[in-house]
Amino acid sequence: MTTAVTASLSRWQKIKQSDFVYYFLRDKVAMLSFAVFLTCVIVALASPWIAPHDPYALESIDIMDSELPPVLFSDEGDERFFLGTDNQGRDILSTIMYGMRVSLTIGILAVGLQLFLGIVIGLCAGYFGGKIDSLLMRIADVQLSFSTMMVAIIVSAIFQGAMGSEMYSQYAILMLVLIIGIAEWPQYARTIRASVLAEKKKEYVEASLIMGLKAPRIMFRHILPNCLSPILVISTVQIANAIMSEAALSFLGLGMPVTQPSLGSLISIGFEYIFSGSWWITVFPGIVLVSLILVINLLGDWLRDFFNPKVYKD
Amino acid sequence: MSQSKHMSLLEVQHLQIEYPSRHGVMVAVKDLSLSVEAGEIVGIVGESGAGKSTIGNAVIDLLSPPGVIANGEVLLNGEKISGLTREQMRTVRGSKIGFIFQDPMTSLNTLFTIEQQMVETVLANEKVTYEEAYQRSIDMLNAVGIPKPELRIKQYPHQFSGGMRQRVVIAIALICNPQLIIADEPTTALDVSIQDQILQLIKTLCKERQVGCMLVTHDMGVVSSVTDKVAVMYRGELVEMGTTSQVLGAPEHEYTKSLISAVPRSDIKLVRFPMVNYIEAAEELHQLDIANHWLGQSQDQKAYQGPLLKVENVNLRFTTKDSIFASRREYVQASNNVSFEIVEGETFGLVGESGSGKSTIARAIAGLYAPQSGKITFEGIDLTALKNEQARRPIRRQMQMVFQNPYTSMNPRMKVADIIAEPIRFHKLAENNQQVDQIVADLLDHVGLGRKAGIKYPHEFSGGQRQRISIARALATRPRFLICDEPTSALDVSVQAQILNLLKDLQDELNLTMLFISHDLPVIRQMCDRVGVMRHGSLVEVGESEQIFTSPQDEYSKSLISLMPSFENLSKAHLQIASS
Repeated sequence: MTTAVTASLSRWQKIKQSDFVYYFLRDKVAMLSFAVFLTCVIVALASPWIAPHDPYALESIDIMDSELPPVLFSDEGDERFFLGTDNQGRDILSTIMYGMRVSLTIGILAVGLQLFLGIVIGLCAGYFGGKIDSLLMRIADVQLSFSTMMVAIIVSAIFQGAMGSEMYSQYAILMLVLIIGIAEWPQYARTIRASVLAEKKKEYVEASLIMGLKAPRIMFRHILPNCLSPILVISTVQIANAIMSEAALSFLGLGMPVTQPSLGSLISIGFEYIFSGSWWITVFPGIVLVSLILVINLLGDWLRDFFNPKVYKD
Repeated sequence: MSQSKHMSLLEVQHLQIEYPSRHGVMVAVKDLSLSVEAGEIVGIVGESGAGKSTIGNAVIDLLSPPGVIANGEVLLNGEKISGLTREQMRTVRGSKIGFIFQDPMTSLNTLFTIEQQMVETVLANEKVTYEEAYQRSIDMLNAVGIPKPELRIKQYPHQFSGGMRQRVVIAIALICNPQLIIADEPTTALDVSIQDQILQLIKTLCKERQVGCMLVTHDMGVVSSVTDKVAVMYRGELVEMGTTSQVLGAPEHEYTKSLISAVPRSDIKLVRFPMVNYIEAAEELHQLDIANHWLGQSQDQKAYQGPLLKVENVNLRFTTKDSIFASRREYVQASNNVSFEIVEGETFGLVGESGSGKSTIARAIAGLYAPQSGKITFEGIDLTALKNEQARRPIRRQMQMVFQNPYTSMNPRMKVADIIAEPIRFHKLAENNQQVDQIVADLLDHVGLGRKAGIKYPHEFSGGQRQRISIARALATRPRFLICDEPTSALDVSVQAQILNLLKDLQDELNLTMLFISHDLPVIRQMCDRVGVMRHGSLVEVGESEQIFTSPQDEYSKSLISLMPSFENLSKAHLQIASS
């Protein structure tokens, strides 16, 4: 009830004193998740500089180094390869770093595409209502009734057939972004439509209508900023989903080519050797993938809990 | 239960309730002492945030976390009931203290019949057979005035109307013969016509059964009609307590005086509300030289003869069930052949109960809904004939609206200055950005918020201040016609008085014409020159406001007027009565 309005605070002080930071600093799970996520992102971004080897540089790979076990677990390990090597003699640690880079890029870009499609379609459907709403939402329903995997498999198989695997592997990242982005936009469109419907009833929208503002301005300037919190929450889950979809596709051999492995394709490569004792090729990328997805989901949960208490800010 | 020394039924001693939070400890109730005798109704009155509900909740130990009783004790018949264990407290609730909640729509469990809920209450508190409990339930329903209780007891809550449900809630509260009832805003969620019946019922039952009652309310009308004693709360403190007639008729504390003078009166029309600055002192109003200021230089002032706004036979219906076959569609007629005129400079009031179509008409005039038939003319221009937004834009500028809910009527993600500047920029009413900033600052100043308010976000303001922002935004297009849709119904009474004063002042300065919509008859009486009474989408009576309030013609108007709370015993000190 204290309406102590301190206008003189700088922006940084305001951020430091906000509820967001306050509750974040008191939630150990959220902080730990964020730390792990941040480490993953930094490692992924910096991989060309910090990785001990370059798995893309074919001249540096020696087939004689293949399937070396990790140093810690076996005497046969080589000091150069901390987590061992895969079947082609690539350093697992470096490949994981580069793979994480690929996975995160695809995840984030695919979600960006979903976001763009979802915002435009969801806003239009929610704001205009009526026939436009029915049409757009039925398209979304149809899209959702195909499983993401099915669409992705069909589309990537068609493109791979049409373009040839060599060309396909050149554009693999782009293709995966498109496939995953297009397959999952209805999630966003539905969420945004629901919050637009709620916001549209509020009086500030009526006030802008009475002012005579045009629809795009009301949609993007007034309604959209007020729908941001649910968007933020599902974005975390969607990034995790997109990374998983990519991993699954790569595991099935429809994603990233062997020369540019993502976490998924690494797991898939190692899967063939798991019964011959080379468990490390699958297990280490698997652990990284699982923890990456887990921390993103935990962060999403925390964000949802933070935004959810429906209290008036007064 | 008489003891040697005289003991009140309920004794609250030095009660202190605190809510600890990260910003420090919020003291909700400060060192409060009061008592309730058997058969006595004590009103606890105050505005939002005064801590009045907290007291009721603390007595039965239902404080919402993190609230704690930091100090003091609560005694029932001389026995301490604060600080009991959960199980001990459970035996006190229900059997010794009954509770009536605010909203009868949510305080009954919709999945059980009334019988199940009532009998359960008895069996949980007393060792009786099911038959006895059932018989008691029937008797109790009879006592609260539910017809055919044997039949009704088998029904579910949704089969009862709001007023009937509240009767059931009262029956449940009383069924174990408690010595004390706590009623937290028992009639706030009900329509005026039912409100009075429920209050009288509570009053008779308390007197008959010698039950003490603690009635928490914000409504002076409720206080003046049923309570014996009244306690006035202000920001967690008890500022005044005494018999109802004494407190209302000759208040002593400054706050009580201010509160009473801010109550919109049903019996007399005032020029302005006096002394309402106790709660939320508005910034000193800087007088603007209106004639020479941007605000007074509207380019739209035309010399038009005749009524500014004319509504002729407007019909508007909403589809409740859509179908591709025209014959199977269902509609609700929100506005049925409504016609009225508003002349320049006057305030026209529309009054009616919820769902009577008042807001629909306002939105049709503002151009948010298109009527199915009828004409709305503004300065002789037929608005219903305008085909596109382009043609309508000059009219939009001249008509603005102030909304009911100050919490949702502004975009929470925009700064106040941007909210007010938006219409000016959009309609290109100023030459450059400096001028826009200047106008925004002047407007904020003029509605009593001060120039610095612009850099903040709406959530940093209280409800009344937000309503001022809303008014400033509406004025930013230099309108001639202002639609106020229940502008004060979400506000506390003293803030309401401030906003009503502001609207009156602005109207005088700027020669505004207003359409004022409210369900609150006393507010309408204070604000309007002429009034239209609406019911089920039709306008049943239009006339001069004094004439409607003193000698209504239509049957419905008569019944509405007769249900208005009377404030005969309210102090009339310091009031300027308008001469008619």
